[in-house]
Amino acid sequence: MMALIEPHLPALQVVIPLVAAPFCMMLGRGGLAWIFASVVSLATFVISIALFAQTYDGTIISYHMGGWAPPIGIEYRVDILNAFVLLIVSGSAALVLPYARSSVAAEIPAERQALFYTAFLLCVAGLLGVTITGDAFNVFVFLEISSLATYALVASGAWANKRALTAAYNYLIMGTIGATFFVIGIGMLYSVTGTLNMADLAVRIADHGDSSTLRMGFVLILLGIGLKLAMFPLHLWLPNAYAYAPSAVTAFLAATATKVAVYVMLRFMFTVLGFDYEFQADTLRMVVLPLAIIAMFAASLVAIFQDDLKRMLAYSSVAQIGYILLGLSLLNETGITASIVHLFNHAVTKAALFMVAGCFIFSAGTSSISKLAGVGRDMPWTTAAFVAGGLSLIGLPLTVGFISKWYLVLATLELGWWPVALMIMASSLLAIIYVWRVVEVAYLQPAPAGVTRKEAPLSMLIPTWIFVGLSVWFGVNAMLTATAAGRAASALIGSSHILWKD
Amino acid sequence: MPEYYTPALAYIAAALLVPFVPKGFLRGLYLLLVPVAGVLIFWGLTPGTYNAFNLMGMQIGLMRVDALSQIFGLAFSLAAMLAALYAWHLRDTVQQVATLLYAGSAIGAVFAADLITLFVFWEGTAIASVFLIWARRTEGSFAAGMRYLVIQIGSGVILIAGIVLYYREMGTISFTAMELGSPATWTILAAIGIKCAFPFLHNWMHDAYPSATVTGTVILSIFTTKLAVYALLRGFPGTELLIYIGVAMALFPIAFALLENDLRRVLTYSLNSQLGFMVVGAGIGTPLAINGAAAHAVASIFYQGLLFMAVGAILFRTGTARATALGGLYRTMPLTMIFCLVGAASISALPFTSGFVSKSLILSAAGYDKMFYVWLALLAASTGAILHTGLRLPYLAFFGSDGSLRPKEAPGGMLLAMALTAALCILIGVFPGALYALLPNDVKYEPYTFSHTIVQLQLVAFVALAFAWAVGRGLLPKAERSTILDFDWTYRRLLPSIIRGLRRLAGAVWDRASRNINSRLDNLVAAVFQLHGPQGPIARTWPTGAMVMMVALLLGMTLVLTYL
Repeated sequence: MMALIEPHLPALQVVIPLVAAPFCMMLGRGGLAWIFASVVSLATFVISIALFAQTYDGTIISYHMGGWAPPIGIEYRVDILNAFVLLIVSGSAALVLPYARSSVAAEIPAERQALFYTAFLLCVAGLLGVTITGDAFNVFVFLEISSLATYALVASGAWANKRALTAAYNYLIMGTIGATFFVIGIGMLYSVTGTLNMADLAVRIADHGDSSTLRMGFVLILLGIGLKLAMFPLHLWLPNAYAYAPSAVTAFLAATATKVAVYVMLRFMFTVLGFDYEFQADTLRMVVLPLAIIAMFAASLVAIFQDDLKRMLAYSSVAQIGYILLGLSLLNETGITASIVHLFNHAVTKAALFMVAGCFIFSAGTSSISKLAGVGRDMPWTTAAFVAGGLSLIGLPLTVGFISKWYLVLATLELGWWPVALMIMASSLLAIIYVWRVVEVAYLQPAPAGVTRKEAPLSMLIPTWIFVGLSVWFGVNAMLTATAAGRAASALIGSSHILWKD
Repeated sequence: MPEYYTPALAYIAAALLVPFVPKGFLRGLYLLLVPVAGVLIFWGLTPGTYNAFNLMGMQIGLMRVDALSQIFGLAFSLAAMLAALYAWHLRDTVQQVATLLYAGSAIGAVFAADLITLFVFWEGTAIASVFLIWARRTEGSFAAGMRYLVIQIGSGVILIAGIVLYYREMGTISFTAMELGSPATWTILAAIGIKCAFPFLHNWMHDAYPSATVTGTVILSIFTTKLAVYALLRGFPGTELLIYIGVAMALFPIAFALLENDLRRVLTYSLNSQLGFMVVGAGIGTPLAINGAAAHAVASIFYQGLLFMAVGAILFRTGTARATALGGLYRTMPLTMIFCLVGAASISALPFTSGFVSKSLILSAAGYDKMFYVWLALLAASTGAILHTGLRLPYLAFFGSDGSLRPKEAPGGMLLAMALTAALCILIGVFPGALYALLPNDVKYEPYTFSHTIVQLQLVAFVALAFAWAVGRGLLPKAERSTILDFDWTYRRLLPSIIRGLRRLAGAVWDRASRNINSRLDNLVAAVFQLHGPQGPIARTWPTGAMVMMVALLLGMTLVLTYL
């Protein structure tokens, strides 16, 4: 049985959630659909673990869809980098779904829940597909699947707050523009090379050399993906989308959607596009790097002044994406390692924090920070989870946040850019401020009279604490994540046709 | 992960588990067994540095086993065990955890082969021990604990500053004998000096120790200062300056001890004086003197601990340790009295007690090196010890004017602990060979020579005679309820008044400056808020058109790059 399934794992990774989604819709109201979605996401998680285990030593799995050999057929290509991202996506889905049961029941009417879980599975399938495929056009297709599902998921927050509709609409416009840029960019690559397979593209682009069409394609892909991953100042859709989406959706999206976009960025910038080192490096260093640094500060400062906990965390995400982009635009191995390891570390931390926000909404009925006064006494476990996640966000030693910042600072110091290193630390100080604001309100201010808040149910607390636990575990023992990220970074460099050749 | 193994680990792990052990017999037994586990980790290892690893380019060694660290480690472990027995009646989890962490840190520091590990455990002793003072849960003890914590942490901060300087200078952080003479070594010596209660750095001790709980004082008296003595023996053997510091230290608490009313304070003064002997030993630095200092540290851990235990038992039963309120307790606390007398005999260095065999080593070391005045001063300090702790303390507590208190005898755990400690004091005195065999240097020494014994007996006899005479004539300084002005007056009264004056001056300047800076800061924050606040352009929810505009702008800018 295993021998029969094993060679098809890459296909199953995407096919299972994709095919399961329509069935999910037919399962009527709430409970059954939820169980089904949970089982499916668990299965995808198991497959991801298997793929990660197979690729951990550097093996590359190439799977030919329907037996058609690339470059004509569609190829699924799994190396350590995308196996790592697959793990993040499916792991987040598997942990968010148990959490979603109570949270969704409180935020979405029962007759719509089956549709919600259907959209969720489609979103998972789309994100996994983007990550696993080795075909550039396939990336676009799956990006659209995940994005459309995401718009629906964000809009489903409308039962709690009507503003979710405008947030979803804005996200739709921006996401579509991003996708359009991306597909135009791919079109330009295709016009030059006549192929859509990424490995094949890489070889042909390198052979073809510099041309203005390629430059155009490069810029369009950079900005298209930049929109998807909320690169400052293209992040404007993100705060509202995160703030008004249902809690479970926010936790899942914060952990995965932007991470997958970063993966696509890494793949295209370093593996696929290799026509002119000077031009590409200049663009990254002169456009992406300054924007990343601005994001670290501007978004953190905005977070300091926010009253809504989810919006605050959303802005903090924009700042954290700044760290990730900073790492990859440093263009050295340690920097890319920092970016990749931060994909995981930030996913874990932010998922935990957004889940805490969801717990507050569930039990206290609000995510407004000023209304959470004294919540530390009523909801000790939830609030403690926030503190632990907050410490990781700041980057305190023994949390994953520290590991990321450590590699990032190392990377800047390797280049001798110590002012950038100082800026990384200074922006961490801003994180202390916005985390502390919540801690202060939750613990040091007395609860308003007459307010009773029960601790969140275990079905929400346990997944939250699993993420918190992961953020501490991999902060203390970062062997697995750092090794995987390091290998992924060197694999990227190995497959690159331009980098580190000067 | 065997490379993280250190005896301290056993204590720290045990401390974490304490809350899960049911209170009462089981927990008492558990606390007794922890030191045994600690000893098993280092006992029987051949000398050398174990568990060394590289941390960010620095060579860390968690466990250096040699004769010096072993004898201190062993004495600390034994004392921790006796203290646990003494605290058998205690049901306070905070104190039990604090004691384990404190003892573990002290032992970890003793085995540290490098300065960073030493620093970590150095601060560990400071932080863990303050809970023994706070555990008394009075306002006074809270304030005293706070002062103690500030000074102890301060010592650690000075130590780490010294370590950084030392690393810059020498390029190593290994903890070995240092040459006094550079800023680095002076700083390190100052840090050790605070913990060792050098004259003028000593007040924390007389402030904090009498403020701790009954058992807390016993435990405090064991570790902190002896750890400092160990650090001196390891880091600064043969530093001449230490001889003079030590002599001053041995002599100058005598007067305070003679006048003090609170018996626990009397004991801290006498402890301070005994530390002086060890510092002199470290300063002389010959193999014999080092042996003497180590032996005296070990002996003093036990006899001083015994005295603190006896006074603690009185405090436990009567609720006071003030001499004016006590007296005549021999009627109802006869066993405590006997153990107290054994401790008194030991500190008086009566033959066949531990004090005799250890003090002789230091006195002989001073004598052999022809340091006549040092020898004489130490002899004078011994006289003082006989007077204030050997005679006056038992006299005031157990005999003397009858205070009409009729407390019960001390509880069983305390009695057993005192009995074992007293037995240890006598055993060391009768069979000094066992102690000498453990000493760091291989020196042949025979304490029971005719002249030693006679000198010491004469000393005790004459002091006793003088004491009896003074008591008879009513010349003994009366114990009074009073506060003795010690050096701490300078920093608790004089310095504050100077500082108050300076503060008024600085206040005026500061006010002007801060108003200026504040208004600038306010402006800055206002500007940041205007830009980033909820209604600011960066945080506002933008209309879709504006978002798309932003995209177009960025696309345009990036494309311009393409054609550059």
